[in-house]
Amino acid sequence: MAKLDLNRVEMPRQEPKVRAKNFKEVALGYTEDMMKAEASRCIQCAKRPCVAGCPVNVDIPEFIRALRDGNVAESVRILKGKNALPAICGRVCPQETQCEEACTLGKKGASVAIGRLERYVADWELAHHSEGKPQIPPPTGKRIAVVGTGPAGLTCAADLAKMGHKVTMFEALHEPGGVLIYGIPEFRLPKAIVKAEVEYVKSLGVEVRLNSVIGKLDTVDEILSSYDAVFLGTGAGLPMFLGIPGENLNGVYSANEFLTRVNLMKAYLFPEYDTPVKKGRRVAVVGAGNVAMDAARCALRLGAEQVYIVYRRSKVEAPARHEELENAEEEGVIFKWLTNPKRFIGDARGWVTGMECLEMELGEPDASGRRRPIPKPGTEFTIECDVAIVALGTTPNPLIAQTTRGLATTSHGTVVADEQTGKTKKDRVWAGGDVVTGAATVISAMGAGKRAAASIDRFLRGAQ
Amino acid sequence: MYRIVAKETLVPSIQLMKIDAPAVSRKGKAGQFVIVRTHERGERIPLTIADMDPEEGTVTIVFQEVGKSTRELAMFKAGDSIMDFVGPLGIPTHVEKLGTVVCVAGGVGVAPIAPIARAFKQAGNKVITIMGARSKNLLFWEERLKAVSDELIVTTDDGTYGRKGVVTVPLKEVLERPEKIAEVIAIGPVVMMKFCCVTTRPFNVKTIVSLNSLMLDGTGMCGCCRVSAGGQTKFVCVDGPDFDGHTIDWDIFQARQQIYLDEEKQALQEWERCGCVSGAQKGRA
Repeated sequence: MAKLDLNRVEMPRQEPKVRAKNFKEVALGYTEDMMKAEASRCIQCAKRPCVAGCPVNVDIPEFIRALRDGNVAESVRILKGKNALPAICGRVCPQETQCEEACTLGKKGASVAIGRLERYVADWELAHHSEGKPQIPPPTGKRIAVVGTGPAGLTCAADLAKMGHKVTMFEALHEPGGVLIYGIPEFRLPKAIVKAEVEYVKSLGVEVRLNSVIGKLDTVDEILSSYDAVFLGTGAGLPMFLGIPGENLNGVYSANEFLTRVNLMKAYLFPEYDTPVKKGRRVAVVGAGNVAMDAARCALRLGAEQVYIVYRRSKVEAPARHEELENAEEEGVIFKWLTNPKRFIGDARGWVTGMECLEMELGEPDASGRRRPIPKPGTEFTIECDVAIVALGTTPNPLIAQTTRGLATTSHGTVVADEQTGKTKKDRVWAGGDVVTGAATVISAMGAGKRAAASIDRFLRGAQ
Repeated sequence: MYRIVAKETLVPSIQLMKIDAPAVSRKGKAGQFVIVRTHERGERIPLTIADMDPEEGTVTIVFQEVGKSTRELAMFKAGDSIMDFVGPLGIPTHVEKLGTVVCVAGGVGVAPIAPIARAFKQAGNKVITIMGARSKNLLFWEERLKAVSDELIVTTDDGTYGRKGVVTVPLKEVLERPEKIAEVIAIGPVVMMKFCCVTTRPFNVKTIVSLNSLMLDGTGMCGCCRVSAGGQTKFVCVDGPDFDGHTIDWDIFQARQQIYLDEEKQALQEWERCGCVSGAQKGRA
């Protein structure tokens, strides 16, 4: 047996200078040779800690073994057995804190690049269609409504359909996919990939109804009169603002608005597409999560000369994935750590011209366990900008909670649901994903959708 | 796809379309709005509902051709289908028996005020309606408003029909009458709504305006439509579109209406230059 390689096979990416000017995918994926080299690094250990590290418990060693043995179709079958959206997960999952963090190899060197291998398998399947029409058991006669077509809803719908239930999904926007479509940019997750995975879910017999704002059109209570169960996967779509002076000036965006214009409405192709976005010469993004990185990198690609990330804590506390911080840095985003915006400055016509900031220092840890940022008096300075983007995070849209009787919510606006089953306080209603946890990751939402599907199935069969 | 059941040019550059949308027509109420998107590359256009017929399953929209998207929408004919139609969005106009209410409408604002005036009338109110247009040839739905109003006053800026002048003049006169006015509802161009509020303020009469801010999703997701009301930031799409006009910061609102003026001009110019109707044709499946 060849000596174990402690270094993982790097995945080719577009050169930073080139990619900062286009919306094409940054990471290019493994070639077959790279895949084989990386797959053979997996030692197929007996403990399989990676499986427990995965929120949907993909049989990781098995799919990698099939790859190593040159049987990609078998690898597809194993992967899709647990994960309906592998091409998406292979791209946007934070594997470094999940399966890869648990990898046995990680104790000695670099863990197996599970995410890159997953992406290889999923992309191979999108090109080869080795799986025929999925086997679906005879209809149970049960009908389930899934509200929201993001990662939680898609996963829940796919699992329920595979169990023989009739699933109808309701989407408020004109395209299915939720945050995968409106939030995550093309260069990180091509929309063709999302569309292909949604088509797969539809191929299981799931019906998708677009332009359906539940709570305005029909309420959850009305839906319950014609469905046996409801799953709420409505996400966390409500943007938070800073609440500082000047925030309503022209040119100040929520990250949700900026990204929705660019991603869902394809404003980067304006005027070929009708929806515009302000391109900005100097752009300041407030926040340091993945959404902030996405916004900053979109702004660069739209042609901004300078893009700043302004964050009140330091790099260590930044919530973005390491990989995303690195991508942004390489592409030329300027980081202003320990900096907090105080107010937006505008001109006589109501347009933003700058952001007055204050330097911060870190004190004792706060409730989140991170060191609390404390303002340093007298350190005010101004960052000139003609576009500012506020990426502070999001909370659930209150529409459903306001219009559904007996659905308990927390003071943060999230829906109360059992962690293991997703069951809410309301009869026949389950919930999962960001609407329960607040803004989190694609894969944790998928895990919640999966657990809820199992619980709904148990309930429906028990109720027979 | 959503079929256009009927289309009518009400006056030059103002179009009426009846859209086949049974679910929306069943749920919609006066004061709410819909979002339409004509084709794959189109933008999402918010329009206040002008009428609904739940039995027929239709929703009526009335829009003015101002930019590329509305000009393109105007090219669709009865029998064609538009790509997306979503609603009802926003909170319905609060209607109850108050006594005497004054409905003021300017320009294309006549369309959304019609179902509101009707609802107030049906709730047992005395309804005084003031409608205005720049000129006689731009007036529409006079009969429709007359039918739901106890009194109708028509103004034209150039005096070609009805009283000469703007709507705030008869509004002030009505407010000066001995009769107590419980509420004023004003819908129309921003300047008109703003000056209706200026007119009613000394009389201390609650004035509801329906704001037509720029929007994207229309469900509270982006904050594009935010306004400052009573010193607080509100979203027109979910907190409105109706607001107490006396609480609105009109300067911010007017500025925010201008954000994409340059882009709107550019889009229209390019569209006119290439006579591009591909989008409209694509929608005509």
